[in-house]
Amino acid sequence: MSLVGTRGLTAFYGDAQALFGIDFGLDEGEVVAIIGANGAGKSTFLKSLTGLVKVHRDAVHFDGEPIGGLPPGEIVKKGLAMVPEGRRLFPSLTVEENLKMGAFAGRSGPWTLQRLHGMFPILEQKRHEPGTALSGGQQQMVAIGRALMSNPKVLLCDELSLGLAPIVIKEIYDALPAITAEGMSVVIVEQDVSVAQRVSRRVYCFQEGRVSLEGKSDELTREQISAAYFGV
Amino acid sequence: MARAEVLRSTRASRAALWIGLALVAFAASMPLWAESSWMRDFVEIACYFIFAMMWNLLAGYGGMVSIGQQAFFGFGGYVMLMLGNFAGFNPFVAVPVAALAAALVAVPVSWVAFRLQGGYFAIGTWVIAEVFRLGFANLSFVGGGSGTSLTALRGIDKATRESTTFWMALACVVASVALVYLFLRSKQGLALLAIRDNEVAAESQGIAVAKMKLAVYVVAAFGAGLAGALYFVGNLRISPDAAFSVNWTAFAIFMVVIGGIGRIEGPLVGALVFFLLNKFFSDFGTWYLLGLGLLAIVVTIFFKQGLWGYAQQRWGWTLFPTQRRLVVKD
Amino acid sequence: MLETLIQGLLLGGLYCLFALGLSLMFGVMRLTNTAQGDFIVLAAFGAIALASLVAAHPSLVALALLPIAFAAGYALQRWVLNGTLGKDPLPSLVVTFGLSIVIQNALLEVFSADPRSLESGGLATQSLALPGGFAVGVLPLLIFGAALACTFALQQLFERTALGRAFRAVSDDREIAELMGLDARKVYALATAIAFVVIALAGVFQAMRTTVSPSDGPLLLLFAFEAVIIGGMGSFWGTFVGAMVLGLTQQIGFRLDPGWGIWFGHLVFLAVLVVRPQGLFPKTRG
Repeated sequence: MSLVGTRGLTAFYGDAQALFGIDFGLDEGEVVAIIGANGAGKSTFLKSLTGLVKVHRDAVHFDGEPIGGLPPGEIVKKGLAMVPEGRRLFPSLTVEENLKMGAFAGRSGPWTLQRLHGMFPILEQKRHEPGTALSGGQQQMVAIGRALMSNPKVLLCDELSLGLAPIVIKEIYDALPAITAEGMSVVIVEQDVSVAQRVSRRVYCFQEGRVSLEGKSDELTREQISAAYFGV
Repeated sequence: MARAEVLRSTRASRAALWIGLALVAFAASMPLWAESSWMRDFVEIACYFIFAMMWNLLAGYGGMVSIGQQAFFGFGGYVMLMLGNFAGFNPFVAVPVAALAAALVAVPVSWVAFRLQGGYFAIGTWVIAEVFRLGFANLSFVGGGSGTSLTALRGIDKATRESTTFWMALACVVASVALVYLFLRSKQGLALLAIRDNEVAAESQGIAVAKMKLAVYVVAAFGAGLAGALYFVGNLRISPDAAFSVNWTAFAIFMVVIGGIGRIEGPLVGALVFFLLNKFFSDFGTWYLLGLGLLAIVVTIFFKQGLWGYAQQRWGWTLFPTQRRLVVKD
Repeated sequence: MLETLIQGLLLGGLYCLFALGLSLMFGVMRLTNTAQGDFIVLAAFGAIALASLVAAHPSLVALALLPIAFAAGYALQRWVLNGTLGKDPLPSLVVTFGLSIVIQNALLEVFSADPRSLESGGLATQSLALPGGFAVGVLPLLIFGAALACTFALQQLFERTALGRAFRAVSDDREIAELMGLDARKVYALATAIAFVVIALAGVFQAMRTTVSPSDGPLLLLFAFEAVIIGGMGSFWGTFVGAMVLGLTQQIGFRLDPGWGIWFGHLVFLAVLVVRPQGLFPKTRG
């Protein structure tokens, strides 16, 4: 039984259907990537897991219980946290306050401010600056740290590399092993296919709201991925 | 090859147009047979209705919620009185002139009011109305705080005065409805709806948002001034407290909320409901007002589109079609 | 002249108490409470009614009123006002405006239109002698002190506590704040609850300082609003300063002519709006 799973998940934005029956599974300790073009439904999928998009109760399972459509606050208390697309730091809060907000759910665990300072020293250097005064890459580190502060069992990352230079992307993904070292499971949504393949064990490819390909990252060929990505 | 056509009227609305014209013709005959109290009631309700309709234009279509439109209402009333008492104007002629004056004064007022948005814009307009009230209360030549009477109509006999006032009110109602209806069906009206839905997107389409907002504000001020001038022609006596009372806006809000904001028929339905409630319950004084307040709260929370809006959604009624439906004909 | 200045600042203290609740509710949830003044008057009448029932010292009456106000504010936000929040400012405006009418008329029914006041146990008449040869009333001084304390407390609450962080976060981005585990509905309710405590305090002081009647509300709202705008939005100390400026302006106006005080305040408000629309001490939002 997977740690996070969906079965036939459908999701709507108003009257428009965004997801058409997604079957998905994430096992404990795994890093799984979701790739796909813009509008394929990747972000919508993550939002369905965290309760930002309402779905059928039974469509999403986490740690054995159905959580579809629950309020986001309850889901994060159970141990599912998200680094949202576009970072979305709180402009009125400093870096440190943003991180502290992440701990609001009150879960205990190894992730503390000190540990985050160790992983991303910039978080300590700029702790009293407003979150939005940092560069894109630094903001991404704050956003990741904020999600980690809730000590989740599963971390969802939505388009970490969006708008960042390759060297910064590398710096951020280099921290991934430190995150997964104690068995945290991670789902990465990425548009950058090579990065996704490099850091994950398995890959799902979304195309127009459906899963067009699924397999082990090191076994899938470029041709297969291209075909699934563009739906040709 | 399919042809696409943009439809605007429906059968129901065309029928309503004929009924409306018949009603107007019927109403125009009233001075010949109706009691004078009915005609006075009509004038009063007409003023409420015009004021509410203009408030609806400003808030529902312009997206600007104001608690200060009474500034223009009172201004229109006072200008009409001053023109009548001191400049030798026929007060009936002074009514549209006063409305124009209100529209003109709305321009400098907007320079101040438009500095604010949303809820604070609403209260800011209230402050401005208070400034108007206090200003006129300090003008001794119009009676200061206790107000004064419209002496210019003293020479005319009661029956003639009442009939003329009544016809004037009828004309103003028809004119305002026509003005708003035609404005909203026009290109400017469509632009207004676009702005209301998404200001940034509208701007990017080349719509001059600031100009349009000013235009709506000025038109609404004109309407409010018209209602005010008309009211005090009927009332014959003006005072700052009556002219600039926030109750005018309170009643307008009530009428529009009940009827449904952002719809042309809304103020009509609301005015009718308000008139009936007024007729039967206003003797209850504070309890009546309390009831109105509660009703407005309940309707806002549970019937977000107003009672008429609810009917529109449920049964598809439309009297004044401004929406364009795309019909593809094969 | 100095006496006018001091009177103005003390008056500003009262206006600050009127305005803090408005500033708080707008800051956290963009809700404009057009019934702000009426709630102050309601609290004043509540204090008067309570005092007539229990015959206790006004400070005890005030103390008893505060938790009631807290609960009332919480309930109002949670079950009535939360439903009006959203992009459209109209529903919250109409509902609070409706509440304003309901409160005014309910008070008229229960208490009639006669002005009442709260027995202040001598506070309203006592005065303190200052160096320089004049005296200030103890009550105005107390009100000023309360204003200072409340402003300080709110500012500290927002900047140093977890609840304050929650307020700022939910005001910045409600969706992401909920992603962190916040229940926005409860946070909003707490904000209004706190605002109502300050409102209750303001009402008690107003009733002690002068007489209150059921229709006083709207004017108090305008004072609160002007203080917030003059001072600049987003900052409690800004509201404090705005209230001081308003109080001073009105006092100077009163000195020149008894009928001009309030009008002067309006004019200064309009001037600030034209010349410096962001207010004197605005907090810039990232």
